[in-house]
Amino acid sequence: MGLREGALSIELKHVHKKFGDFKALDDVSLKIEDGELLALLGPSGSGKTTLLRVVAGLDPFDEGQVLFSGRDAENQKTHQRGVGFVFQHYALFRHMTVFDNIAFGLNVLPRKTRPSRDQIRAKVMELLNLVQLEWLADRFPWQLSGGQRQRIALARALAVRPQVLLLDEPFGSLDAQVRKELRAWLRRFHDEFHITTIFVTHDQEEALEVADRIVVMNKGKLIQVGTPEDVFHNPVNSFVLSFLGNVNFFHCRLEEGKAVIGESALEVPGLSVQRPQAAKLYVRPNQFKISRVFSPSALKAIVEYVNPAGTVVKINLKTESGQQILVEITQEELKNIKIKKHEKVYVSLKDVSYLEYVQDNP
Amino acid sequence: MSSRAEPKFVKYLLIFVALVFFGLFIVLPLICVFDNALAQGLRFYLKTLQDPDALAAMRMTMTVALVAVPLNLVFGVAASWAIAKFDFKGKGLLLSLIDLPLSVSPVIAGFIFVLLFGAQGYLGPWLIAHNIRIIFAVPGIILATIFVTFPMVARELIPIMRSQGNEEEEAAITLGASGWKTFWLISVPNIRFGVLYGIILCNARAMGEFGAVSVVSGHIRGLTNTLPLHVEILYNEYQTVAAFAAASVLALLAILTLIAKTAIEATIHSGQRQG
Repeated sequence: MGLREGALSIELKHVHKKFGDFKALDDVSLKIEDGELLALLGPSGSGKTTLLRVVAGLDPFDEGQVLFSGRDAENQKTHQRGVGFVFQHYALFRHMTVFDNIAFGLNVLPRKTRPSRDQIRAKVMELLNLVQLEWLADRFPWQLSGGQRQRIALARALAVRPQVLLLDEPFGSLDAQVRKELRAWLRRFHDEFHITTIFVTHDQEEALEVADRIVVMNKGKLIQVGTPEDVFHNPVNSFVLSFLGNVNFFHCRLEEGKAVIGESALEVPGLSVQRPQAAKLYVRPNQFKISRVFSPSALKAIVEYVNPAGTVVKINLKTESGQQILVEITQEELKNIKIKKHEKVYVSLKDVSYLEYVQDNP
Repeated sequence: MSSRAEPKFVKYLLIFVALVFFGLFIVLPLICVFDNALAQGLRFYLKTLQDPDALAAMRMTMTVALVAVPLNLVFGVAASWAIAKFDFKGKGLLLSLIDLPLSVSPVIAGFIFVLLFGAQGYLGPWLIAHNIRIIFAVPGIILATIFVTFPMVARELIPIMRSQGNEEEEAAITLGASGWKTFWLISVPNIRFGVLYGIILCNARAMGEFGAVSVVSGHIRGLTNTLPLHVEILYNEYQTVAAFAAASVLALLAILTLIAKTAIEATIHSGQRQG
């Protein structure tokens, strides 16, 4: 179908950008490979949208370099960069029909390179077909649903054969069902056409599900760059860990390969024997084992709530010291142990996500 | 707030009060104007309007509006563009300065120009030396009108542009449109109703302005008289019917303005622009 022109890689070198005293981008260096589907993930205000806008040339930056295929893009204006940008709120032209919206990028080409009227018509219909909305050609944006607007915005961006597609919170303002559908659609679309794509999201599930690589950002800095598997299982710090899904956190003392929390000494799989030290223990909800049988290496807790409605069973526990623990077990396991509200259980560790050593205060 | 606890009579009382006010202060005076204007018959009415001084006053009013409105349109679009789409130092100051003509009495506005350009004013001697006449001449009237109508277009456009934001323009630019094309293909269509609305209000004010123009015009019959000034002169000379005839032209203009305004509002609300 020929949606893309040629190979393109984007590289940012030590990019800094401030809004007043606020550091929106703080020494960002990143290379985006040709044909990659990259997610910029972070809380709001982490600089991810700014990064996207810097790549598009919509926002200037203070220091550093942006390279398109190895060439400095400083003097390349937005409209020369070959970027397709899909805005968070779509930014469809409200006074134009869907057809005219998609045709816009072709209609504004200089006369010499502009396709004929029939060619434009064919191209627009081809794109409408791609997003499966041919029947909406004569509607106005205000007559469309959110999901339809999103897809029209995408079709409009694709009309100019961008070398790179930049999506700002593409599914942010859609309801859950439509969001899931469009996510899967984006993944399939990318697998078929391999346009280098960067999308911004604050939804870790979305990033983990769709992207080839994830860039986790916080306070204008890149915290971790890696495959979804990598960032999920080997987080570089507790921020990444807690941002990518629920996690329980305990203050403990490490002694002889065990984590001492209150009265209990929990076995920590894979922890070697070392000198006693204070630490913070991060455990995902599915890394616990629940039992009704007492064990000295288990935490005593009371069941506060059991929610079996879902693919996993979510259980809220409260330890003797009053700490809340979120545990997930399978439906199978629930059948085996049959725990109920207000019952006493013993919690041990199957695994630990992350261990952070704390300097002892003498 | 679904419970409408107010008794019915409150509703009718309020409607009644509103209607009485409307009738007393708007409808009655309007009827008065046309009644007095036509007191000596339609023929006399038309004759007074064809009086050379009346025609000259109408021409002058038209001329002033034709110059002041386009100038304010350019200024209004530029200022609202700057305020709505860019961040810069002094933006708040510019915003309040735009509103200044609304808070200053028009008489003072006229007086400012006399102080600046009049024979005893700051620039007066230089102007006289170069044989340029501003005060008691057409340029003064136009300047005073521009000053008074200064905020009309900008005030209409700033809220519209602010609520629309930059995104559509940015989208156009990422799709390869130049700044010029983006302005004409995206920005202008998006504000076209606001612009039209602003022009109508600006025009109404430009044609109806009395105070500021009165100070700078010098009331030279057939030369520097606008329609509102003409009404005053006729009235002072006890030519009541002629005065009301001229006033009726202004009243008609106001009614036309209202109709145009309503028509535009109806178009806006018909859905075309709902985002």
